[in-house]
Amino acid sequence: MTRSPSSPGFWRSPLRGPWLTSVLGVVLLGGITVLFVTGLVSYAAYNPNLAPVNDKTPDKGILGFYLFSWPTDPHWLYRLNQGVHVTLGITLIPVLLAKLWSVIPRLFALPPARSLAHALERISLLLLVGGALFEFVTGVLNIQLDYIFPGSFYTLHFYGAWVFFAAFVAHAVLKTPAAVRNLRRLREDDSSDPVPSDPVPSDLVSPRPDPPTVSRRGALWFVGGGTLLLFATTVGQSFDGLLRRTALLAPHGGADPGSGPNGFQINKTARYAGIDTAETTEDAWRLVVTGRTGTVRLSRAELARLPLHSAALPIACVEGWSTSDQWWRGVRLRDLAVLVGYDDDPPDVLVESLQRRGAFRRAALRANQVADPRSLLALYVNGEDLSPDHGFPARIIVSAAPGVLNTKWVARMTFGDL
Amino acid sequence: MRRPLIPVGSPFQLLLLAASFALAGYAGVRLLADDWFGVAVWFVGAALLHDLVLLPLYAVADRAVVQGIGAAGHREWAMYVRVPAALSGLLLLVWFPLISGMVDRRYRLGTGLSPEGFLARWLLITAVLFGGSALLLALRLRRATKQRPPAVH
Repeated sequence: MTRSPSSPGFWRSPLRGPWLTSVLGVVLLGGITVLFVTGLVSYAAYNPNLAPVNDKTPDKGILGFYLFSWPTDPHWLYRLNQGVHVTLGITLIPVLLAKLWSVIPRLFALPPARSLAHALERISLLLLVGGALFEFVTGVLNIQLDYIFPGSFYTLHFYGAWVFFAAFVAHAVLKTPAAVRNLRRLREDDSSDPVPSDPVPSDLVSPRPDPPTVSRRGALWFVGGGTLLLFATTVGQSFDGLLRRTALLAPHGGADPGSGPNGFQINKTARYAGIDTAETTEDAWRLVVTGRTGTVRLSRAELARLPLHSAALPIACVEGWSTSDQWWRGVRLRDLAVLVGYDDDPPDVLVESLQRRGAFRRAALRANQVADPRSLLALYVNGEDLSPDHGFPARIIVSAAPGVLNTKWVARMTFGDL
Repeated sequence: MRRPLIPVGSPFQLLLLAASFALAGYAGVRLLADDWFGVAVWFVGAALLHDLVLLPLYAVADRAVVQGIGAAGHREWAMYVRVPAALSGLLLLVWFPLISGMVDRRYRLGTGLSPEGFLARWLLITAVLFGGSALLLALRLRRATKQRPPAVH
């Protein structure tokens, strides 16, 4: 019977046992909790309950219970949140794989269920494992622009996270006490012992283990090495210059797309967005601003004659990469609101782009974002005109907002309560 | 009192799982609203693909390496192959879309960056990993052949 995976003797690794599974489980308990929280925070950063154009999940119901007005301080808030979410997610992959490896014998264990509660727990494990892999796979594919999953990333990753989290909480409540107990009991045990001796009786321990090729501590270093390698080749995409070059395999690692003032990282190029240069010439382009007192049309030259202000703000993408602060210069959004009748009570604004494609070619900003003095309709960056890829003739830049809400190639702004 | 055919188990566990399923169901109907079949295939398929394909594949590969090296009488060298192979495989697994070039067009068009180089960088990292491992093994063998290695600092 040892040729069948349902037989305990089929599994030969001397590493499997409560100690390894408990250590990996406790790491995932902390790590996945941070992933879930930063994910929910990122969801809130889009202000989905402000306007339908911001909301890719209109039937969220109570899952949006915690939503709040996304603040503009500190200005690196979204950059930090998303950098942690994506970098941590990537670095947890080896831990997740090791954890699944450590408990694989239980997938085949017989009888399939010892009780009704046990049967339900096993069904819950399908949601746990399927959910974890679904979340990690959709996330990893999305940051590589590989949109092969069946639907919108926002919808799948958000609802998938809640399905996964429901199973994760149940699993954590059921297993954490035992994991902590195991670690306490085994703390005195020398885990560098080449022959693992889990004193806790467990179905995970092989009844006829192969001779070891590595200690349990060595195995943990092995997993940690994978984590460290992924971290070291990814984290640089949240910084500029030399650090970015260390992100050898991350999508926004390596060299910047260009040099000079407009050389920094681009989310979607003008060509990708379908911007026709004929639409952005001084003669053709007009910014259409609408509000309480009607509509104002402004050429780029007219905008440049309005009071200009500066703000040092980063571009921070949902995909986890970001730039350091760039020096933007342009017209304050609240000054544009004044032009259409909102003298000292800046309202929300709906911003529409020239772009033909993209889920966020229209995006809404909340009144607190419009009112912030650093919120600009930028015409210049780092002392030069915006390049076409960074949104020429004019783009939005808002402190702490997700990159995609900083609409490029702005064509129309409609002020008013949304 | 007759005992039920199947024991019920812990009532606390039953309540907890019921609550968990209810929440998963609430999110699940929304997850499945658009393309229920596609999402179900991805959700369940991810678990099956991992448990029944990926894990057996790397377990078999690992066993082959350990037995191959063991046949040569040096089982303890298995880590020198396992570590670089696993790390290189891990990088390939995570960054497969970029390394394989399957998203070249969208990547170049979207980011303005060159999609070339991911494969080369992955190969170079792999070379460093295996080379470094070989070097460590060579040093260890050298040290083992000397009776008393002088302490070098």
